Amino acid sequence: MIRAVIIMNDEGKPRLVKFYDHQPMEKQQEIIRSIYGVLCSRAENVSNFVQADSTFGKDTRLVYKTFATLYFIVIFDDSENELAILDLMQVFVETLDKCFSNVCELDIVFNFNKVHTILDEIILGGQVVEMNSSEIVKAVNDISGLEKNQNSILRVSKSISGWQGR
Amino acid sequence: MNPFSSGTRLRDMIRAIRACKTAAEERAVVRKECASIRAAVSDNDNDYRHRNLAKLMFIHMLGYPTHFGQMECLKLIAAPGFPEKRIGYLGLMLLLDERQEVLMLVTNSLKQDLNHTNQYIVGLALCALGNISSAEMARDLAPEVERLLQFRDPNVRKKAALCSIRIIKKVPDLAENFVNPVASLLKEKHHGVLLTAIQLCADLCIVSEEALEYFRKKCTEGIVKVLKDAVNSPYAPEYDISGISDPFLQIRLLRILRILGHGDADASDFMNDVLAQVATKTESNKNAGNAILYECVETIMSIEDSGGLRVLAINILGRFLSNRDNNIRYVALNMLMKAISIDGQAVQRHRATILECVKDSDASIRKRALELVYLLVNESNVKPLTKELIDYLVVSDQDFKGDLTAKICSIVEKLSPEKIWYIDQMLKVLCEAGNYVKDEVWHALIVVITNSSNLHGYTVRSLYRAIQTSCDQEAVVRVAVWCIGEYGDLLVNNVGMLDIEEPITVTESDAIDVIEAAIKQHTSDLTTRAMCLMALLKLSSRFPSSSQRIKDIVNQSKGSLLLELQQRSIEFDSIIGKHQNLRSALVERMPVLDEASYSGRRGGSGVSTSGINNIPNGVVKIVDAPLVDLLDLGVDEPAPPPNSSSGPNFLHDLLGVGADISSSSPQSGGRNTMHGHKSGTDVLLDLLSSGSPPAPAPAPATQKSSSTSDLLSLTQLNNNNNNNKPSPSPSPFSGLDTLSSPLPTPGASPMMDLLDGFGPNPTTPPPPPKEEDNGRTYPPIVAFESGALSVMFNLSKQPGSPQITLIEAKFTNKSSQVYTDFVFQAAVPKFLQLHLEPASSNTLPGNASGSITQKLRVTNNQHGKKSVVMRIRISYKLNNKDMLEEGQISNFPRDL
Repeated sequence: MIRAVIIMNDEGKPRLVKFYDHQPMEKQQEIIRSIYGVLCSRAENVSNFVQADSTFGKDTRLVYKTFATLYFIVIFDDSENELAILDLMQVFVETLDKCFSNVCELDIVFNFNKVHTILDEIILGGQVVEMNSSEIVKAVNDISGLEKNQNSILRVSKSISGWQGR
Repeated sequence: MNPFSSGTRLRDMIRAIRACKTAAEERAVVRKECASIRAAVSDNDNDYRHRNLAKLMFIHMLGYPTHFGQMECLKLIAAPGFPEKRIGYLGLMLLLDERQEVLMLVTNSLKQDLNHTNQYIVGLALCALGNISSAEMARDLAPEVERLLQFRDPNVRKKAALCSIRIIKKVPDLAENFVNPVASLLKEKHHGVLLTAIQLCADLCIVSEEALEYFRKKCTEGIVKVLKDAVNSPYAPEYDISGISDPFLQIRLLRILRILGHGDADASDFMNDVLAQVATKTESNKNAGNAILYECVETIMSIEDSGGLRVLAINILGRFLSNRDNNIRYVALNMLMKAISIDGQAVQRHRATILECVKDSDASIRKRALELVYLLVNESNVKPLTKELIDYLVVSDQDFKGDLTAKICSIVEKLSPEKIWYIDQMLKVLCEAGNYVKDEVWHALIVVITNSSNLHGYTVRSLYRAIQTSCDQEAVVRVAVWCIGEYGDLLVNNVGMLDIEEPITVTESDAIDVIEAAIKQHTSDLTTRAMCLMALLKLSSRFPSSSQRIKDIVNQSKGSLLLELQQRSIEFDSIIGKHQNLRSALVERMPVLDEASYSGRRGGSGVSTSGINNIPNGVVKIVDAPLVDLLDLGVDEPAPPPNSSSGPNFLHDLLGVGADISSSSPQSGGRNTMHGHKSGTDVLLDLLSSGSPPAPAPAPATQKSSSTSDLLSLTQLNNNNNNNKPSPSPSPFSGLDTLSSPLPTPGASPMMDLLDGFGPNPTTPPPPPKEEDNGRTYPPIVAFESGALSVMFNLSKQPGSPQITLIEAKFTNKSSQVYTDFVFQAAVPKFLQLHLEPASSNTLPGNASGSITQKLRVTNNQHGKKSVVMRIRISYKLNNKDMLEEGQISNFPRDL
C-alpha cells in the first residue's frame, strides 16, 4: 500500500501533501522536514530509493524523483514494487503535464486542489486506480467540465479561480 | 454580509503567502486569513464556504491548525452542487481522520451520494470513503459499495473495488460478501477494472483464509490466462509505458499469483509455465520491463519449489547487478538478500558480480553488497573473498572503511581455517585501517596470539615488519608494542622460524627503537604510550644488556603531564633500577589468555561480576576506566588463587595499577578509603588525606552536598590548594600505594621495599592554608557536574568585606580525552557583580590527571538578603568537535 505522496520544492516547501494513513498535522510537518533533510543531502548519482523505516515503520521505503525544482516523493510498504512506483511517478508527472500543458511549480502551487483531484484519479486509499494517463486526463477533464457548468449556474463560484485559472 | 469574509480570492491568498519574506510575515498573513474564515464560519456564510475551505486546505498543508474548518466540510458535502461537494470531500480527506467524531455525521451524506444519479458524485463519495472510512462507516456503507461493483461505468467499478479494500481491512468479517463480486470482476476486459479487481482479490486473500482457498481453486487458471495474454499481447498503445504493454497490470497479476502459489504445490505448478514466459520474454532495457522481471523473481522465490525457475530468477538478478541503473542494482541486492536463504548455491554463482558492487560508487549499494557478501562467506570461499575485500580496503572511501573493516574482521574471526591465516589477515587489516577497528578486535587478536604458542616468533616478526610501514595506524602500533614486549626475545633470536618466513635480523636495540619511536610519536595516545612503557619494562628483563638505555627512555616520561604516564614511568624506573632480583618474576610472559572466557564475555554481558569478585585483594575494577581497557586482557583470565606462586600475582597487581584511579581497597585501612569515590578528587588529594589525623575511618566522600562541612573536607580543600601542581615527590607513593595496598600483610612482602624513599612523614599535617588567616572559608562545593566534567568551587571571604566572595573554580575532566580550547563563562543576576580572572590554562587533560583553575570575585550588593546564584557556560573542543555545557549553580552556601 502507498502510505503517502508528497511534492515539495528544492527548498523543502511542501506543494502537495497526501497521507493515506492519517497522521496528525504536527507529525506530517515533521515527516516532511525529515524527508527534506534526507533528500537534500543525497548525492547526485545514487539510487532513488531510501529506507523509511524510522518514520513509517518496518519495511517501508521511499522513492523520490526530481523534476526541475520539485521532488516527487512516494512512501510505500513492502507490498509494492519499487521500480513500478517509479513508473507510477512518471505517469503522474505525465498526467500533470497534459493537464497543465508543460507543468511547472507555480501551476501546482496555485492549483493544488486540481492536483489533488488528479492524484485521486490515480491513487485511491493507497492503491493504484489507474495507470493510463489518457484515461486519467479524460476523467479530470470531465470533472472540470462538470464544475464549469455548475459554476455558470451558481452565482458565487466564479471566484474560485482554481479551476478556470488556466 | 460579514465585513471580513469579503476577503480575498484563493489565488490572492496564495500570492500573499508566497510574497512573505519571513516566517513571521507568513504567520501574520495566515492569521489574518484564518480570522476572516473563522468569522465566516460563525456567520454561517454560505456564499464563500467552499472558497474558504480551499484556503484552509492550503493553510493546512503549510502546517497551521485548521480544525475549525471541519464542520464546513460536512456542510459542503451536504450541499447540492458539484463544486461544493468536490471541495467538501477534498477537505474531508485532508482535514479529518477516522478517529474524529465529526466523521460519524458524514455517513448519511455519503450514503446519499453513493446512490446519486451523477456518476462523478458517486466517484467522489467512493474516493472519500476509500481514503478515510472508519469501521462503523464500513459496516454501514458496505452494501452500497458492493452494489457499485456492478455499476455500468467502469470508472465507478474500479473505485468501488478499491473502496472495498478499505472496507475489508476495517471489517474483515465483511470479506465473504465480496468474494463473488470479485470473481466476476476478474473476468473483466477493462484494464483499469481488472487492475483494481486483482488488488481487491489480493487483499481478500490476505484477510480471509477461505477467500484464499476459493480464489486458488476457482481463479488461478483465469489469472494465469490473463497474464499469458498480457505477455503475448500485441502492442497496446494506450497502456504502454516505454514500449511494455501495461506493466502495472502484469505486476499486479504476478503479485496475486505469488499469493495464490505460496504454500500450494498444485497452484504453483500451474503457474510455472507463464512465469518462465515472463522471465524470458520481458525486455530488460527499460525500467518498466525490469519492474516486471523484478516482481516475477519475487513470485518465483515465494511459490513452491521448482528448481529450474529459481535458477532462472537468480540469474535475472545477476544480470540486474551489472545494469547501469543504480535502482536496478539496488533492488537486485535486496532481493538476493532474501534469496540467499532459499537457494544459497545459486546466489553463490554471482559472487564475483556482487563483490564488484561492494566497490560501487553509490554508498547505499556498497553497504548492501557488503552485507550480502558477508552472508555469502563460508569455509570454502573465505580465503579468496577476504583477499578481495582486503584488497579493496586499500582503495576504498574513508567513510566506508569503518563498515568494511568491521565486516572483514568479523568474517576472519568467524571462519578462519587456521590461526596463522587469521593472524596474517588481521595484520593486513590493521595495517590498512588500524584506526578504524574497534578495541575488541585487537584485543581478540592478542588473545589468539597468546594462544598460538608456535606462532609467537612468527607473529612478533610480522608485527615488527608491519610497524615499520604502518606506524600511523594506532591498532598496529599497540599490538606490535604488546607483542614485542612479550616476545622480544623471540624477535631478536629468530626463534620458531617458519619455512615461509624471510629471514630477518633484528637487534635488541632495533626492537627498542621501535618502541621508542612509538612512545614519541605525537599521534600516540595515552593508552599506546602506557603500553609502550609496559613493553619497555618487560624488555628490560628480556634484554638485560640494554637495561640502561631502556631506563633512560622510561625516565623521559617522568615529567609527563599525564599522571598515568608519570606514575608508570616512576614506578618502572624504580623497578628497573632497584629491584633487579624481583624484575624477572614481575615481567614474566603473560599467561595464556583464555579464549573461551574472552569470547564468552564479548558475546555476553561485558565484564561479568564474577570476574570482578575473582580478583583478590579487593581491587575493584571499574569497567569504563579507559586504562582498565588497556590491560583488560588480564581480567579475562580467571584470577589466580591467592595462594598460587607469587609471579602471576604480581603481574596482576601490576595490571591493577592501571585501574588505580578508580579502584578502592577496603581492607587496606585509611590510606585508601578515598579511592573510587566519584568525587572527582585527585589521587594526590586522597593520598594526603590519609595524613589528616581526625579523619574518620570510612570517610564520607560525598562532596556534592555542601552540608558535609566536616573537618575532613576542610583539610581536603587545603591539601588541594597546596598541591594543585603535582610535585614529583608525592606521586611515587600514589602508585606504590596501590601496588602495595593489595597485599594484606605488607611487612611480609618484598614489595614493601618499593616504599623506600618514602620521604615526607605522612602524619605531618599539611601547612595551614593562607586563606584561613585572612577570613572565612567555606566547604568546597561541586558546582557543576556533567558526564566527565566536574567543576569545584572553593569559596572564601576577605576580612572586612563580607559582600565579596572569592571563588576559586577548579575544573577536572575524568574522560580519557583531552579537552582543548576550554572556556568558562559565568553570568549573575543584577544584584551581583562578577569579576573573572584569566584561567590557568585552556587545555584540560583527561583522566582527571590535571585541572584548570580560575579565580572569580562575586560582589553581592544585597548581602544578607539574597544568596548568590550563577549561570555558567563551558565550551571546549573534544577531538576538534565543539562542545557546550550549560547549567545553573544554586547550591552556594546561603550567607554569601
